[in-house]
Amino acid sequence: MPIESPFHPQTAKRCKSLRWKDWSGYYAVCAYDTYAEREYFALRHSAGLMDVTPLYKYDVCGADAEDFLTHVMARDIRKLADGQVSYCCWCDEAGKLLDDGTVWRFSKDRFRVTAAEPCLAWFFENAHGFEVSLSDVTDRIATASLQGPTSRDILKQACGGKIEGLRFFRMTPVSIDGFEAIVTRTGYTGDLGFEIWVDNEHAPRLWDVLSEAGKPYGLLPTGLDALDVARVEAGFIMNGVDYYSANHCLIESRKSTPYESGLGWTVHLDREPFIGQSALRAEKYRGPDRRFVGLEIDWDEFEALFAKHRLPPEVCSAAWRDPKPIYNLKGQHVGHATSGAWSPTLKKNLALATVQASHAKIGAELRFEVTVEYVRHTVKAVVVKKPFFDPERKRA
Amino acid sequence: MSTSNRYDVIVIGGGHNGLICAAYLAKAGRKVLVLERRHVLGGAAVTEELYPGFKFSVCSYVVSLFRPHIIRDLELAKHGFDLIPLECSHLPLPDGDSLCRWADAHETRREIARFSARDAEIYPEFGLAMSKLSHFVKAMIDSPAPDPASLNPRELANLLRLGGQLKELGPDLMHLQMRLLTMSAVDFLDLWFESDILKAPMSVSGIIGTFLGVRSPGTAYVLLHHYMGEIDGAFRSWGFSRGGTGQVSMACARAAQSYGAEIRTECSVDRVLLKNASACGVVLENGDEIFAQTVVSGVDPQRTFFGFVGEENLDPEFAAQIRRYKLRGSSAKVNYAVDKLPMFGRTENDLHLRGDIAIAPSIAYLEKAYDQAKYGDFSDRPYLNIVIPSLVDPTVAPPGKHIVSCFVQYAPYKIKEGPEHWPKRSDALGDTVTDTIEEYCPGFRDSILFRQVLTPWDLEQEFGLTEGNIFHGELSQEQLLFQRPAAGWARYRTPISNLWMCGSGTHPGGGIMGAPGELAAKTMLGGGGV
Ligand SMILES: Cc1cc2nc3c(=O)[nH]c(=O)nc-3n(C[C@H](O)[C@H](O)[C@H](O)COP(=O)(O)OP(=O)(O)OC[C@H]3O[C@@H](n4cnc5c(N)ncnc54)[C@H](O)[C@@H]3O)c2cc1C
Repeated sequence: MPIESPFHPQTAKRCKSLRWKDWSGYYAVCAYDTYAEREYFALRHSAGLMDVTPLYKYDVCGADAEDFLTHVMARDIRKLADGQVSYCCWCDEAGKLLDDGTVWRFSKDRFRVTAAEPCLAWFFENAHGFEVSLSDVTDRIATASLQGPTSRDILKQACGGKIEGLRFFRMTPVSIDGFEAIVTRTGYTGDLGFEIWVDNEHAPRLWDVLSEAGKPYGLLPTGLDALDVARVEAGFIMNGVDYYSANHCLIESRKSTPYESGLGWTVHLDREPFIGQSALRAEKYRGPDRRFVGLEIDWDEFEALFAKHRLPPEVCSAAWRDPKPIYNLKGQHVGHATSGAWSPTLKKNLALATVQASHAKIGAELRFEVTVEYVRHTVKAVVVKKPFFDPERKRA
Repeated sequence: MSTSNRYDVIVIGGGHNGLICAAYLAKAGRKVLVLERRHVLGGAAVTEELYPGFKFSVCSYVVSLFRPHIIRDLELAKHGFDLIPLECSHLPLPDGDSLCRWADAHETRREIARFSARDAEIYPEFGLAMSKLSHFVKAMIDSPAPDPASLNPRELANLLRLGGQLKELGPDLMHLQMRLLTMSAVDFLDLWFESDILKAPMSVSGIIGTFLGVRSPGTAYVLLHHYMGEIDGAFRSWGFSRGGTGQVSMACARAAQSYGAEIRTECSVDRVLLKNASACGVVLENGDEIFAQTVVSGVDPQRTFFGFVGEENLDPEFAAQIRRYKLRGSSAKVNYAVDKLPMFGRTENDLHLRGDIAIAPSIAYLEKAYDQAKYGDFSDRPYLNIVIPSLVDPTVAPPGKHIVSCFVQYAPYKIKEGPEHWPKRSDALGDTVTDTIEEYCPGFRDSILFRQVLTPWDLEQEFGLTEGNIFHGELSQEQLLFQRPAAGWARYRTPISNLWMCGSGTHPGGGIMGAPGELAAKTMLGGGGV
């Protein structure tokens, strides 16, 4: 049975739909409402408040903390400044992805790592010879994600003007209603947004303070269904959906590398040895076999296909995660789409897919499988740039 | 003549249709200039900060039929186009009760059942029938009007295609479609429902922007036209535009500029320059002349032909048709800035205010409102369509404060004193609206920080809408399709060569839809117009 997050008393009261799921062993709200639509639009037009406590959180401290992380992460952690947060991935010796998450630098000897999956054991295995202490703080720290165009205004009401100047992927300690919190300008929506990290005991109060401050700014509690659509629009890859951690793969072909997964930009190769370095170098030289791309499914063809059956085009109201095959124009199987959504903002039908590198160029035309009246068809899908949706306010 | 003073195309009017037309033409490589009379772009889809901190959608207030493919073609989302769907339709009643129709079918059924258990069950059936019918309408909206007089085989094929689609509806629905063309909105709804409380707010879709009553023949068809937006499943296309409806226009303008179009505001066109009965440019009010191969007018047909071209340059038969074209403005707009949310009958939360709120408590109420208008007065208890966009879009009002936008019908352009007397009646109209709302929301009057009243006269004088008609001409059946704005001239072309039209006065008509602008541009590009 999942357990309750420290925000549970607050979220349960509001979750009128009774729609929950298990997220890393915690109860997590899918949608507070019958439909996630209102929550999605709050994320894009005003703000949404989400309980993202189930993210794994590790504190990494000690004289060698920086060297240790530089050794395990594909990114060169020594480049981080105090107060900076960085998006990273980490790989096994073969250069295959294990997970992705963030690394925060408080100071040279104090860091925090967030991850989608448990990775403490792997960190321990690789900590030999480093003077570093590792602790799992997942169950001690509650996290609220406040995302959307009015999130900054709301946070300012809750913790003062300090937040005003906080830059993208930076963090700052703040005091909210008498307790301490850390605010990071991060999130999974590809929009202006913040995450607020507090000791469990303060979680209910944090939720209430933010809800109250958010009232005049259109804040809504938001579940994972809405987040999922925003996540696809932002073009973010998701562990367990768009790729699998090498730790869990029974067969080689299921594993992925950062270059295949669109995370090449987070790999810093030219430096002292780190885990997976030589394999990654070789792959970079060779070029990856597959690539993670954004697809735009041609609406006119899609609509015409349904019209043939005298049906209006049907798109799921939520994001989907059941993989679908991708074909080239000759009908050969060249990849798979792993998630997607109808974007209410862009009015486009989007998918994230892994395809053979030769079909991954922007503008490449592929075929996407669609089932209408129980029969399989394909429609045109074009490789387009990610993020699909990238508002200026995200970084402003 | 300097080269910078020569364009491939001049678009008169920076309404959303003119801007969309300009964007498509510029995207196709044409050198395009848009001339807008006002200091802001958007025409009737405009946002203005009339009172500090409050950004009003001055005229149009919800986006309904905007064509989604235009959003994709012109990458409007990138340029700031952003819609927030309406949650519900709320009908407060004088006795304090109310009917709220939601996106959630079960919730709506329970609501309607409080008034009629039978209607509650029929309601989704009605929706299904309308959705099948509007499928037919949709096909018409997305292509230029078929021309029944033409012997061109392609035209005939088009007509047959539409006819064919009609057949596909099956005998029952086809019969219904035929009846839709001639019935009144109320008669049509009577076929389905028994409860006045349901029929009254549904019937008003048939009269918006027309000088007709809910019992006038032909209004059923207009109902369908409007209904389409509500049931376009994949898009939920009734929505608030983030930042006000002006953002729709601004997104179109930015798209046009990104393709190289030039846009000038505070440039009022006085007339179209003619050479050998063919358009070759425009003369501005300040006397400047600008030349172009082609001129497109996004302004209504009467202003275009009688204002810009001049009756002396028109064929009398055509002039007579344009003169007959019905504008007959019948509505007004009152915008408020308030410091307290008007609750309209329900106090448990504000969800029922996140859609549109109709003051249309009964069919008799609507008929009475129309009767007064017939005799040249505004209704002393008008039909109101109210939205509070600040509830879902915090960018348009300061925190805790709200915009209350009221569409008012009937306020006839031709009041008995004569339209030019409207300025003297403006405050009285505003007070009528305030008093009407006060009846449903005691205390509303005291919450008002600012009020703007736009009478039909103001709509004409300030926004260039002849006779204050919000759609550049009634969307009545005889003014749609191949008859908009005149029989034989529904393909954006005009009798003046090199002069085209692209505004709401052309097929498929008014509303923030973008289709006239898009189809005009495509027709021009396809037909060698530019
Ligand atoms: C009060 C009101 C409420 C409405 N509500 C809605 C609604 O909620 N939803 C909806 O979908 N539709 C609504 N409508 C209708 C909709 O707004 C219009 O049909 C649509 O915006 C018209 O767009 P357009 O581009 O065709 O013309 P317009 O927007 O009228 O554009 C014409 C432009 O030409 C300019 N112009 C005029 N004369 C000259 C000149 N001499 N020189 C240069 N420029 C000139 C005008 O200033 C204007 O900018 C409403 C309209 C009104 C007035």
